[in-house]
Amino acid sequence: MTATITYRQAVIQAMADAMEEDDSVFLLGEDIAAAGGPFKLTDGLLERFGPRRVRDTPISEQAIIGTAIGAALQGLRPVAEIMFADFAGVCYDGIANELAKYRYMTGGQVTLPATIRLGNGAGAGFGAQHSQSVENWFLNVPGLKIAVPATPADAYGLLRAAIRDPDPVLVFEHKHLLNSEGPIAERPDVPPLGVAEVVRSGDDVTVVATQMMRLRVEQAAEVLAVEGVGVEVIDPRTVVPFDHETVGASVDRTNRLVVVQECSNDGSWGATVVARLMADRFESLDAPPLLVGGDDTPIPYSGALEELWIPSVDRIVDGIRRTLAY
Amino acid sequence: MSSKTAGSRLAADVPVETQLEWLRTMQEIRSFEDECHMMFARGLVRGSTHLCQGQEAVEVGACSALRTTDTMACTYRGHGAVIAKGAPMDRAFGEILGKAEGLCAGKGGSMHLTDMTVGAIGSFAIIGGHLPIVLGTAFAEHYEGRDGVSVCFFGDGSTNIGAFHEALNLAAIWKLPAIFICENNLYGEYSPIANTTPIERLADRAASYGLEGIQIDGQDIGLVHDTVAEAVARARAGDGPVFIEALTYRYKGHSRSDPGLYRPEGELERWMERDPIVLHERALVAAGVDQARCDEIRAEARKNVDEALARAMSWPDPAPESRLEHVFA
Repeated sequence: MTATITYRQAVIQAMADAMEEDDSVFLLGEDIAAAGGPFKLTDGLLERFGPRRVRDTPISEQAIIGTAIGAALQGLRPVAEIMFADFAGVCYDGIANELAKYRYMTGGQVTLPATIRLGNGAGAGFGAQHSQSVENWFLNVPGLKIAVPATPADAYGLLRAAIRDPDPVLVFEHKHLLNSEGPIAERPDVPPLGVAEVVRSGDDVTVVATQMMRLRVEQAAEVLAVEGVGVEVIDPRTVVPFDHETVGASVDRTNRLVVVQECSNDGSWGATVVARLMADRFESLDAPPLLVGGDDTPIPYSGALEELWIPSVDRIVDGIRRTLAY
Repeated sequence: MSSKTAGSRLAADVPVETQLEWLRTMQEIRSFEDECHMMFARGLVRGSTHLCQGQEAVEVGACSALRTTDTMACTYRGHGAVIAKGAPMDRAFGEILGKAEGLCAGKGGSMHLTDMTVGAIGSFAIIGGHLPIVLGTAFAEHYEGRDGVSVCFFGDGSTNIGAFHEALNLAAIWKLPAIFICENNLYGEYSPIANTTPIERLADRAASYGLEGIQIDGQDIGLVHDTVAEAVARARAGDGPVFIEALTYRYKGHSRSDPGLYRPEGELERWMERDPIVLHERALVAAGVDQARCDEIRAEARKNVDEALARAMSWPDPAPESRLEHVFA
């Protein structure tokens, strides 16, 4: 049995099911309780679980992250919301210096089962400070797991997996996908973190993408299918840990790699994937790997400009064609 | 400082025998820090170290008001606080020496001494970084319906960083069982407090959060204990956080490369006349304890430190493969 739900409903259901299952799970963040969340991602949870477990905070990202760390240290399973992922800059110390390193610096004395949810991504005209793909800021910080769900099923499954995980997990929820719909099983699977999904099989080129770019890549694959081109679409679902095996095995067959991402390419997860593939599977490649990403600029506000910044279906199709033609 | 308090006094409701143990612990911390200083000079310790000679009464007095299950977070100048909370000195030395049997398996070092088994939840090396974390440990007590408290030590410099404001604000509105103890040693790194802070009495900052701010003589261990014990009782009873400013002084510079030349002539000597260990010993003797007993306890303390260091020095370095452990559970 499957039903159709929105990405937003999936996020809410994941938290509700986790709280139902485990009393140590609680939620905190700005306007998540009485208001149900600025993006309505906690709608109804205060009414259902009460103010002990669903807690409004001041506009204090450092306090939110610190509270999550300290509570996790004491065995609770906090789920903290950072409204716009870009605000991670305000609490970067808490995430990168404290949360990520705490277990290591104490020689394994502590475990930190903290989940941080962050509103990610562009496409809605929020401008340069509210539109970034912030998972990239944390790639060089060992100690964090990073999930980037694209579909309602993954929004549910990865959040459940994050809350159950004994380690800190950042879950980036794409703001532009909140109303997107998809199927979810009656008893949905909770996938392991670090396992990619082969979204579509194909023999000619491997295209890796997450979140909104995955959806555009699927559209691009449809366009190319008409021309007889088989595009294999892979969604890694977590960028840390990254499923290099699944991507690598695919490239061994297709001999071509395109990574599509909603960010500038330098220092991005896609750049890491390309570097790793070049080092490990150089002989498999018949063409240089291609990164399709945003420009090396902040994200512009104007709809006319933002749509040029974000890789479009046309730009993705063009990139794949060039890679095939090499 | 409240220089009207010339000496110190014994704590009101604590057996004298217990307060003799405070003398021992303060002397152990003093000697521990002296040994760290020498280990640096001999090149046995990497990186930097931040010593707390002169501040022992704050750490021992405050921790003596806690249960083992209460939590304590401190700064990178945290050797004394962690020992005061009950961490073994040999494993603390071991950590500073980078040994496998160090408290943190050699992965933390001087600035990150932690012993979860005694509630010493961490020494934090980003100024102010730990104040928000204490919110969470205190919140967990509320959430689970327990009456534990969380103590947070920090320096005067921390009161100028944003995390301080966020932490005290949230602690106050959630009425968390957190005791914020500012060890005001008059210098934020190399800068005298007057150069960086527009008010003299840091306890006044508590008013911004609707909290009482208490300023005390941090060299008087009896006073520190009694003040913290009362704050702990209030926090356990659900009355929320307390902000205590303890006036104290660090005898050494900020870190190993700092000889403290920016301090006015005679300031160090004036503070050493009010050495917390000497003051406490005088108070004990005034209460009828034999001087010889005090001498004996302090000699034992020095011996304990020597033995702890010898043990730590004998331990092996961590195994190479251990560097890959403890990233994830």
